[in-house]
Amino acid sequence: MDNKNFRQFDLKKKPRGFETVVQGLLFLTGILSIFITVTIVYELGKEAMLFFNDPDVTLIKFFTMTRWQPSIGEYGIVALVSATLTTSFIAILISLPLGLASAIFLSEYASLRVRSILKPVLEILAGIPTVVYGYFALLFVTPILKLIFSGSQMQTYNMLSAGLVMGIMILPLIASMSEDALSAVPRALREGAYAMGATKLETSLQVVVPAALSGIGAAVIVGISRAVGETMIVAIAAGAGPNFSFNPLDAAETMTGHIARISGGDLSYNTIDYTSLFAIALMLFLVTLVLNLISQWVVNRFRERYE
Amino acid sequence: MNQKQDYFPEGHAFYSALRRRYLIAGVWQTIFFSALLIAIISLMALLYDVVNGAFGYIAYEYKNDPSEYTSTPISELTKEELLSILKENLSSGAYNKLNNEQPMETRSQGELYVLFLKGLLQVDTKQTWDLTDSLLRGAEIRAEAAEKYPDAQLEFRSWLTPQFLTTPMSSKAEFAGVRTAVLGSLWLVGIAIIFALPVGVGSAVYLQEYAPKNWLTAIIQTNINNLAGVPSIVYGMLGLALFVRTMESITSGAAFGITDSNGRTVLSAGLTMGILVLPLMIINAQEAIKAVPDSLRQAAYGVGATRLQTVWSHVLPNALPGILTGSILAISRTLGETAPLIVVGASTFVTIDPSSPFSKFTALPIQIYNWTTRPQSEFHAIAASAIIVLLVLLLTLNATAILLRNRFQRKY
Repeated sequence: MDNKNFRQFDLKKKPRGFETVVQGLLFLTGILSIFITVTIVYELGKEAMLFFNDPDVTLIKFFTMTRWQPSIGEYGIVALVSATLTTSFIAILISLPLGLASAIFLSEYASLRVRSILKPVLEILAGIPTVVYGYFALLFVTPILKLIFSGSQMQTYNMLSAGLVMGIMILPLIASMSEDALSAVPRALREGAYAMGATKLETSLQVVVPAALSGIGAAVIVGISRAVGETMIVAIAAGAGPNFSFNPLDAAETMTGHIARISGGDLSYNTIDYTSLFAIALMLFLVTLVLNLISQWVVNRFRERYE
Repeated sequence: MNQKQDYFPEGHAFYSALRRRYLIAGVWQTIFFSALLIAIISLMALLYDVVNGAFGYIAYEYKNDPSEYTSTPISELTKEELLSILKENLSSGAYNKLNNEQPMETRSQGELYVLFLKGLLQVDTKQTWDLTDSLLRGAEIRAEAAEKYPDAQLEFRSWLTPQFLTTPMSSKAEFAGVRTAVLGSLWLVGIAIIFALPVGVGSAVYLQEYAPKNWLTAIIQTNINNLAGVPSIVYGMLGLALFVRTMESITSGAAFGITDSNGRTVLSAGLTMGILVLPLMIINAQEAIKAVPDSLRQAAYGVGATRLQTVWSHVLPNALPGILTGSILAISRTLGETAPLIVVGASTFVTIDPSSPFSKFTALPIQIYNWTTRPQSEFHAIAASAIIVLLVLLLTLNATAILLRNRFQRKY
């Protein structure tokens, strides 16, 4: 073998400038997403630090005061968190049972034809912009609720209407994620249950759902994270003005709704109003980040592996 | 043996237990189906509510009597007559201002008619009714309107008209349109896609074709999944801090010699939207690239192609339909997303078409939000009309996505 000639054809060692440049560029686009995350944390953190560095603001006040109006020295984020919790709770209360039941029906009961008709309904619901849901909440659901609760002091803007509509908005998300989890359960498990004489219901509830529990759990957590971060429905229908209340019939402003309302007005930089918004946004970011990480962890940790 | 009988009933006990089990199964099946039924009903109610708001009776008065200006019925006025009426009766300042925006002679009869109604007659809406009311209680409404507003005219009006699409924003609901909002939305989509498409595809190609399996790649992947779950309003705050404030000299156009604007431009908002849809873009492109079978890559390597040649000539063309579908999903998201635009500072009242990346802007969902939150019912009616425009736009886009997917889908 002529070694010298052979080396000439070793194309792996041939320098390819263009390829290297392109590969470098692709790598840059790849790590851009990390750069975005870092920028979010940096920008939110920078302004939030300005807020917390204000001598008047203490973490104790931030987490224990029940009134929020930074311009007059009231820094109780709890007033906003209470509304976020209430609306999200109502939303999950609606969307979890309905979404899970829809998923079980689609994955276990529906024939192919029925599925092909019903699935698009969920897809359309998922594709409707949230501002449209806001319109729906304020001008359709709220008047109906007012008829139902005509005796009590229900306010025009209320958390119940916003929460209910948010539940409808999250329903398709929970349904489609749960359905994916249910369909991933191997057929052999179902056949085994049928062979033991189980009915379809017993198979679904006692075999398939437990086997898909990690996926369903992840769906619920993602649903909560979506509810916490949802803005337009609560901005339109839940009320304008922080209010420490867990009563669904009250008007109250969520964290997101507050950011939207304040930043929508004339806002001058470097005021406490401005920096406080970033403190709220940072909280939102961290809460949803933790929820999303938990959901990914749940999926990976508790996934039943079928080979 | 007794214990065994408890677990395995026989004879009559067996059949009654079986009947009970079937009954429970039937009940639950109904419950499962009703959940979907509720979803369907909600969707129907939502669509009904929107359509219900966009059409209906309206009672209005003219503040100034038409007979002061002309003897012919106002709906039969020709363009020339309208021109002379406007010239005579509008103050010269107002007339010149209109003339400067667009020469009066070049305007159509319809536009002049609107100016006539708006500027001279001054339409004043007294009350509006929704579609259901208008259809079911027509006679009652006519009686009610005649009694409450003796001078008013009652007419059945569709708030969604061709004019609604072509006129800019106005402070009177009767003359407001979505022209500037639709154009603003298109600008946003354009800027967002110019940013997100190349970066998203590049990122996906890197992750699927180049990235080694190590901790860095794992972090990038987890990070992308997390970014997809960050609330949109947080992206809005990022846009406010980064594009509107920190990079103000670029996004306001000051670096390019434009002096009369601040950072709250369509460029800032478009870039914010681009970052917002980037994770969606990457994940979809990754799925598309993953679906390209390995045999195609092996074939390319087999004939001596380099990695880049393989990606460019084999992987990307085959992943293109998936990437296009992903782009359309990203566009839909950009069109419907509202919260970040509010934070970045969309103006709610813009009457001039956005003409450059450094223009002030408004967008369809911003208008819908703005009109929905006003107390007057005529604004709710135009909010409903704007929602119909938005939904039709989204539906068309998604239909295109499905069509593309079916047209180019290949099975290996």
